[in-house]
Amino acid sequence: MNILSLFPAIPLLMMLGLWISRNTKQIHAVMVTGASLLLGLAIALVCIYLGMRADGQTAEMLLTDSFMWYRPLNIEYAVGVDGISVAMILLSAIIVFTGTFASWKMDTNVKEFFMWFCLLSVGVFGFFISVDLFTMFMFYEVALIPMYLLIGVWGTGKKEYSAMKLTLMLMGGSALILIGILGIYFGSGATTMNITDIAQMHNIPLDMQRIWFPIIFIGFGVLGALFPFHTWSPDGHASAPTAVSMLHAGVLMKLGGYGCFRIAMYLLPEAAQELSWIFIILTTISVVYGAFSACVQTDLKYINAYSSVSHCGLVLFAILMMNSTAATGAILQMLSHGLMTALFFALIGMIYGRTHTRDIRELSGLMKIMPFLSVCYVIAGLANLGLPGLSGFVAEMTIFNGAFMDNDVFHRVVTVIACTSIVITAVYILRLIGKILYGTCTDPAHLKLTDATWDERLSVIVLIVAIAGLGLFPLWMSDMISESVLPVISHILN
Amino acid sequence: MDFSGIFTYLYTEIALVGVTVAALLYDLIAGKQGRRYFHGFLCTLMLLFIAGTVIPYHKETVEVFGGMYVYSPVGSIVKSILAIGTLIVFLQSESWLRREDTEFKRGEFYVLTLSTLLGMDFMISSGHFMMFFIGLELASVPMACLVAFDKYRHNSAEAGAKYILSALFASGLMLYGISFFYGTAGTLYFDDIVPGIDGSALQIMAFVFFFTGLGFKISLVPFHLWTADTYEGAPTTVTSYLSVVSKAAAAFTLMVILVKVFGPMAEYWQTLLYIVIVLSITIANLFAIRQKNLKRFLAFSSISQAGYIMLAVISGTPYGMTSLVFYVLVYMAANLAAFGVISAVEQNSDGKTGMDDYNGLYKTNPKLAVIMTLALFSLAGIPPFAGFFSKFFIFAAAFEQGFHVLVFIALINTVISLYYYLLVVKAMFINKNDTPVATFRSDWSTRLSLLLCLAGIIVLGLASCIFDGINLYAFGM
Repeated sequence: MNILSLFPAIPLLMMLGLWISRNTKQIHAVMVTGASLLLGLAIALVCIYLGMRADGQTAEMLLTDSFMWYRPLNIEYAVGVDGISVAMILLSAIIVFTGTFASWKMDTNVKEFFMWFCLLSVGVFGFFISVDLFTMFMFYEVALIPMYLLIGVWGTGKKEYSAMKLTLMLMGGSALILIGILGIYFGSGATTMNITDIAQMHNIPLDMQRIWFPIIFIGFGVLGALFPFHTWSPDGHASAPTAVSMLHAGVLMKLGGYGCFRIAMYLLPEAAQELSWIFIILTTISVVYGAFSACVQTDLKYINAYSSVSHCGLVLFAILMMNSTAATGAILQMLSHGLMTALFFALIGMIYGRTHTRDIRELSGLMKIMPFLSVCYVIAGLANLGLPGLSGFVAEMTIFNGAFMDNDVFHRVVTVIACTSIVITAVYILRLIGKILYGTCTDPAHLKLTDATWDERLSVIVLIVAIAGLGLFPLWMSDMISESVLPVISHILN
Repeated sequence: MDFSGIFTYLYTEIALVGVTVAALLYDLIAGKQGRRYFHGFLCTLMLLFIAGTVIPYHKETVEVFGGMYVYSPVGSIVKSILAIGTLIVFLQSESWLRREDTEFKRGEFYVLTLSTLLGMDFMISSGHFMMFFIGLELASVPMACLVAFDKYRHNSAEAGAKYILSALFASGLMLYGISFFYGTAGTLYFDDIVPGIDGSALQIMAFVFFFTGLGFKISLVPFHLWTADTYEGAPTTVTSYLSVVSKAAAAFTLMVILVKVFGPMAEYWQTLLYIVIVLSITIANLFAIRQKNLKRFLAFSSISQAGYIMLAVISGTPYGMTSLVFYVLVYMAANLAAFGVISAVEQNSDGKTGMDDYNGLYKTNPKLAVIMTLALFSLAGIPPFAGFFSKFFIFAAAFEQGFHVLVFIALINTVISLYYYLLVVKAMFINKNDTPVATFRSDWSTRLSLLLCLAGIIVLGLASCIFDGINLYAFGM
């Protein structure tokens, strides 16, 4: 069995283990074993992948494997990875691992919660390892539907509304993707669903590309929080339980960017070049609008959700620039945003679990009460605004560097506009930190609160190590990514 | 001349007549003691029947009785799918039939159901319009008795009356249409009539009449008005039979006739179907959102599902036929699971079928709630459940023939349908209820039937061999 197939298989086995486990202890044991196994496997995968590249294997996808599934439609279960997907798998494994610990204190319907959580990770891992349009789409939807119950049952606030809105909007997006996939399949002569093969054939007529490109890009863009289809994101994130917010903002939203890059742009390159300007304008709006919206929010989760809109907008913005520097930056940004937003949501969940409010007007002086959580919050904030040494700087620097390389007025202007988001981010992050962490504590009830417990510390520290690791030693990662981005970009440009 | 070979092509029907007669005799002979094993006896018999007929014996299409009866392997597969559906319905019927007011009519239920099944089998294998019509009527008339089976319950009797009146009207129109075809083409044999089909104005009118009859059986908009009332009034078991088996047979027959007979006027019926599909899917979806009774809700859901099935018909390709048969199979597993849960809850809670009654079902009956959820997910086309695969295949079938906009409309409608399916899920998992349905344990046969459906929902999509097996025998224009 291919090592890649283990990634969706392990969460499936975890579901089985959860099903037969009888108490919380056993549930935790299953989750920790499975999540650690996934993390270990992801690290092993990175090593194997880098080793194979070092051995001089130049194929676009490595570790490939496939078997025929539905012959009449040429549907295969086909797997394979390149540097981009390896990075994404590593990210997912980290988030699943930390998400498990972040929901350690979950007390209602624990078993069901983790079962849906595992199903969600089956979808996420499956999506990143697939190179077949059908299987990729299938895993994509597998990842979407557990969100409804995870938010609806275990969420907070107006959870029913948010869950329904999120599910319907994302499913609407996936309806667009489905018709786009059919368009690509039949447009390319209905001989294969394999992404690399379709790209090599490169035979979809331009007038069909013009139809399917915007449809697929918007379809994936809904999940990537593309303006104006981002409205599910703030509500959804605000209502979701901690681990689900982490996985959703951290990994699931990356499915959107990854899909836009891998399917919409890679398979429909001519239309992508022709129509990219429309989406560049939309993503620029996302970037700036998200940042401004975050400034005026008073709920911690809403602030972070709008900040996610802004940062995920930057991902789509960068891949539309269509040069390898910006695209590498986009993938780095996916990683960096995934890690730091997960850290943010984990910390918010922990603070909320203690104070029972997320309203920043009611919080102040937390630094003295829970120093560990507060320091970590500052680190997350600094990573978010792009402080050198943390992952955000590496990603955004690469993106803007790449975006400015297109030397026509349009690209330069939008880059400058998008750049302002860095400043706005600094405004809301620093104001937020000053407001809730420093000053004197106004609510006497908060004075008795305790700092983080061991499970919370573990979850937070793993994320911070990853963020700092990416920020301090970015080269191995960015080399791995840019090596894989290059063939895709050159395919799009030629 | 040796006729013995001819009958080997009718093996399904002959075996089915055997089962029916056995049920009739058992009902007649068995004493009080023996009647207790009636259910087990009949289910075993059905199981043997299915085991004996599930794989088509003959691999080629053969016409017997001068072309009146046409054996085709894919038809044989559909027949066994219908038989499996009937077996599941029988398994689910036990808790209802055991009640005092229906116990003495048990035998009638079995015999009537089996006769409708026989009618459908003949309808599927017909090679002549008269044969087809007789099969259709054999499937309709006992069905009306079944719908009105709880005859002392006002709803059921009313539903029966509505059903038989609409069915007769539809049949009348259909016969009228068929008579025009006889007038213009001079024959009613499917094979001989093809050269006479030229798409003249008279034939188009005749086709519309003919289509009305089948559209009624499949309950497509605008011939759907009987559906909601009948589904609500009929005993739940009968409703599930009506919504799955009867619909599947009619849909398959429609495709066979359209492909085989009306191939020359394809552009006309494709236009007609186009409109009917858009109407069926959209209108049924919009009505389903407002329903407060689960049986009515599933009635509208099944109308929209029928619209999706027509997506496979409109393509007219062999691949479309495979998708249709596969869709029907998957739809059967999901819909019977949903109706099985409804029936179990209804029998164990004094007839609760309202959406509000399902609030908090997960707290008291978690297994039923999960089965219902998976069934609804499958109906909505969510992977990894079988409904996703079957929906994808019919979309691909229609897309391949260039119906891009139609597929797009259907896809938008899947999102709407997801909304109302999620409403039920929400009721069961999220909504609070002060007086939830009490915890109960259903009998072995209901549990077995739900297990079968669940296996179908999960396995059918992931195992591609079933789809490939059907694809081997499918034919098209």
